[in-house]
Amino acid sequence: MNPRAAFALLGAVLLALFVVGDVRRRAGLGAAGRRFFRHPPAAWGLFILTFFLTVALAAPWVAPYGPSITLEIVALKNQPPSLLHPLGTDLYSRDVWSRLVYGSRVSLSIGALAMLVAVTVGAVVGAVAGYVRRWVDTALMRLVDVGLAVPRIFLLLMAIALWEHLPLALLVLLIGLTGWFGTSRLVRAEVLTLRERDFVAAARAAGAGAPRIIFRHILPNVAAPIIVSAALGIGNVMLLEAGLSFLGLGVPPPMPSWGNMIADGAAQLATAPWTTLFPGVAIALVVMALNAVGDALRDAFDPRRATA
Amino acid sequence: MTTGFPLVLVHNLVKRFPAGRGLWGFGRLRGVVAAVDDVSFHIPPGQTLGLVGESGCGKTTVGRTILRLVEPDGGRVVVDGADIFALKAPELRAVRRRMQIVFQDPYGSLNPRMSVRQTLAEPLAIHRLANGGRGERERRIDALLEEVGLDRRLAGSYPHELSGGQRQRVGIARALSVEPKFLVLDEPVSALDVSVQAQVLNLLSDLQERRHLTYLFIAHDLAVVRQIADEVAVMYLGKLVERAPAAILYRSPRHPYTASLLSAVPVPDPNAQRQRIVLTGDVPSPAHPPRGCAFHPRCPHPKKDERCRTVPPPLREVAAGQLAACHYAAEPM
Amino acid sequence: MSELLLRVRDLKTYFVTEQGGGTARAVDGVSFDLHAGETLGIVGESGCGKTVTSLSLLRLVPEPPGHILPGSFIELEGRNLLVLAPKQLRAIRGNEMAMIFQEPMTSLNPVFTVGDQIAEAAIVHQRLGRRAARARAIEMLVLVGIPDPETRVDAYPHQLSGGMRQRVMIAMALVCHPKVLIADEPTTALDVTIQAQILELLDRLQAELGMAVILITHDLGIVAGTVDRVLVMYAGEVVETATTPELFARPLHPYTEGLLASVPRLDTPLPRRRLHSIPGQVPAATAWPSGCRFHPRCPYAWARCAAEQPPLLDAGTGDPASHLVRCWLLAEPARRTRTSPP
Repeated sequence: MNPRAAFALLGAVLLALFVVGDVRRRAGLGAAGRRFFRHPPAAWGLFILTFFLTVALAAPWVAPYGPSITLEIVALKNQPPSLLHPLGTDLYSRDVWSRLVYGSRVSLSIGALAMLVAVTVGAVVGAVAGYVRRWVDTALMRLVDVGLAVPRIFLLLMAIALWEHLPLALLVLLIGLTGWFGTSRLVRAEVLTLRERDFVAAARAAGAGAPRIIFRHILPNVAAPIIVSAALGIGNVMLLEAGLSFLGLGVPPPMPSWGNMIADGAAQLATAPWTTLFPGVAIALVVMALNAVGDALRDAFDPRRATA
Repeated sequence: MTTGFPLVLVHNLVKRFPAGRGLWGFGRLRGVVAAVDDVSFHIPPGQTLGLVGESGCGKTTVGRTILRLVEPDGGRVVVDGADIFALKAPELRAVRRRMQIVFQDPYGSLNPRMSVRQTLAEPLAIHRLANGGRGERERRIDALLEEVGLDRRLAGSYPHELSGGQRQRVGIARALSVEPKFLVLDEPVSALDVSVQAQVLNLLSDLQERRHLTYLFIAHDLAVVRQIADEVAVMYLGKLVERAPAAILYRSPRHPYTASLLSAVPVPDPNAQRQRIVLTGDVPSPAHPPRGCAFHPRCPHPKKDERCRTVPPPLREVAAGQLAACHYAAEPM
Repeated sequence: MSELLLRVRDLKTYFVTEQGGGTARAVDGVSFDLHAGETLGIVGESGCGKTVTSLSLLRLVPEPPGHILPGSFIELEGRNLLVLAPKQLRAIRGNEMAMIFQEPMTSLNPVFTVGDQIAEAAIVHQRLGRRAARARAIEMLVLVGIPDPETRVDAYPHQLSGGMRQRVMIAMALVCHPKVLIADEPTTALDVTIQAQILELLDRLQAELGMAVILITHDLGIVAGTVDRVLVMYAGEVVETATTPELFARPLHPYTEGLLASVPRLDTPLPRRRLHSIPGQVPAATAWPSGCRFHPRCPYAWARCAAEQPPLLDAGTGDPASHLVRCWLLAEPARRTRTSPP
């Protein structure tokens, strides 16, 4: 690895440590923040997420090579980790570390964007169903029942099969649209209790209509389950994307994603395990970090002590 | 007693609640609870009607139904000339300015995510008031805070930073922001400590005088109601059982339930010699009200008889300005 | 005077708060005596420490964040409760000293029948077999006036009304004929007609069983009708104590005066006048005011009040320690003129 990349990596690590330290200090001032950090994994999770986020954003500096740069084709094929290539090279003679870095951009953004779609749709559907009730509620919840019953990957496989060349953006949208059902149930449950609260009645007495009440009164107060849902949701999407890519149906090459890196290296598992191992470890770390942070967030928002 | 045409007229108000549906929400109703069963009264402008009763009597439902926060099943309500149940949505929104509500629970009646300023600004925004720009809304909010006895610096605070009494004052300020003529006060002091309760009751009296407000004061505490009401109506299991000017009701109640209620209220005087009428039995479930007079199973009146068990007594005038729903209201207990 | 059952001296219960707020000194030096057959009323508003006092007696205060300071002294019939081992303490709870709470719905376990819950105390403390315990439960239901006890004994809490549930709680507390019953706002959550029934029941049971009762309430009307002796609490301390007739005839502490004047009553003449109100609000337990804790809200306060905390002073009724007041006005009676309007 060249010195510039090494320094950039060091910088990323230090930045992540600094951010976590700062968040910890600030959060310590509030009761929710202290509850969050009561879990040791929460701090670790936050560190890992910040690290990967920084790495993804600073990819051009941190990665010594571009993502698709094929080095000397024969000589550098499947090289084990060395000083020059800290994570080795893959079967196409590409630097694994650089691909991992660029792959983080793809995997993380797919995760975040799909989750955003899922959580938005889920929150709105749940809030409308919970607030309006009557037949709207019944109809929407039966739809959710159907959605939860059908296996998600099956729906995605069908969509991919039916489309000629599914653009990546559309894939991300579809992943999001198949993942909102659980969130909507959670949000609806919160909304059912919230709508009976006096401050909602006060807003109605003041003349507020349903849209204002749902967006200004109800949704801001259901932030807690939504945020927790989102944190855990990103992890699920990343695993889903990895699965699809592994089947060759996800992110098209040569653009690296952690999922298709695993797929590429699967055949070499015995001879060059690092090509599959490192992206696998990266996914595992990020998903575990997201789960840890999600769990800690859930405790931080503990309804027994929340003010809402 | 009446000092002009009534501001609030309630005729034959009815509200029923379903007692459960079958078939996962798509089936027919199984039964009904008559939470409010043919209630009528009127309130002259600037006066306070106290509506009292124990839990399950329907008084809170009356308050919310009058404001159409709950859709009624029957009856007619006129507030300041507007026939509330006949209005369509946009007209109703405009009329809502004239009638507001203050709730019991100071902790639940404010949105925890909105600051005091935002809470007070919302009704103004909905009705497009104080839009004159140049901080007119700010000044309006400051004036409201001052009027309810809150420090202007609290405008940026969130509900969890305030005490129960302060939150209740914010609720009152919110109700006043649109300049209503009629306020429904739903147990506004029940959740407050004694010393804060006195402060808020005094505030409500002052506001009524200053702004010429009309109040419907819903409460279960007869001593509190006595402090502020001009006329009092007593409810039991969804029906009005007595209605009279406050002075008369507290001195000589005509309905046995009212008498029992009054005698059950503890008085802070150890020397008080009181005829304690202790009722036997529990309040019956509103889903299965007794036949005839709803109160008859617990009624201590010596003249209680078969008529009480079979014929529901009508609410009629038994003395000047005093109405009671009892077959034997005229006879002393 | 009947035998002395409970002696509490200088009870202090503090809570450590998470935020930088410091320590909440919820109960800060409370002392009183309780005799057999007596009803002691503890009266005060929220934040005064009355509930924490009652929980401390049975050592039910959660240990972090709360703790009872050494130097506190609670003695039941000669035994120091604060040094007992957990096993010995459990033998006393529910057996010799019992408690009933404000919210009967949350105090009863929804998945057990009321009969089971009443019988539990009998099984644990008196080692009765299941059959005998059930019979006892039915006896208790009769004692507390629940109609149809043989069927009701198998009912679940949600099938009973609020008044019934409170009676069940009382039955649970009295199964082992405790010597001391602590009732923490037992009627606050109930309708006023049911409240009258429950108070009458407690009265009758106390006479029948000869137990002592500590009644905690914020309602001065209940105090007047039910209680022999009163402790008025404010800001973690006892500010006045007297027999009931004496307290209502001669309330000497400005807080007691203020409370009595600000309660709406049925027996004042109409047309009504403005209620007296005590200005300001109860201070936070983490920051009691200096000197006399009531001084910021007191209409009579002068320099000494802000500087020195008054001890409990004797009001001089002749009977020593029968009417005590924590106020400098007892030392300087000439100061009892209002410096601010009522």
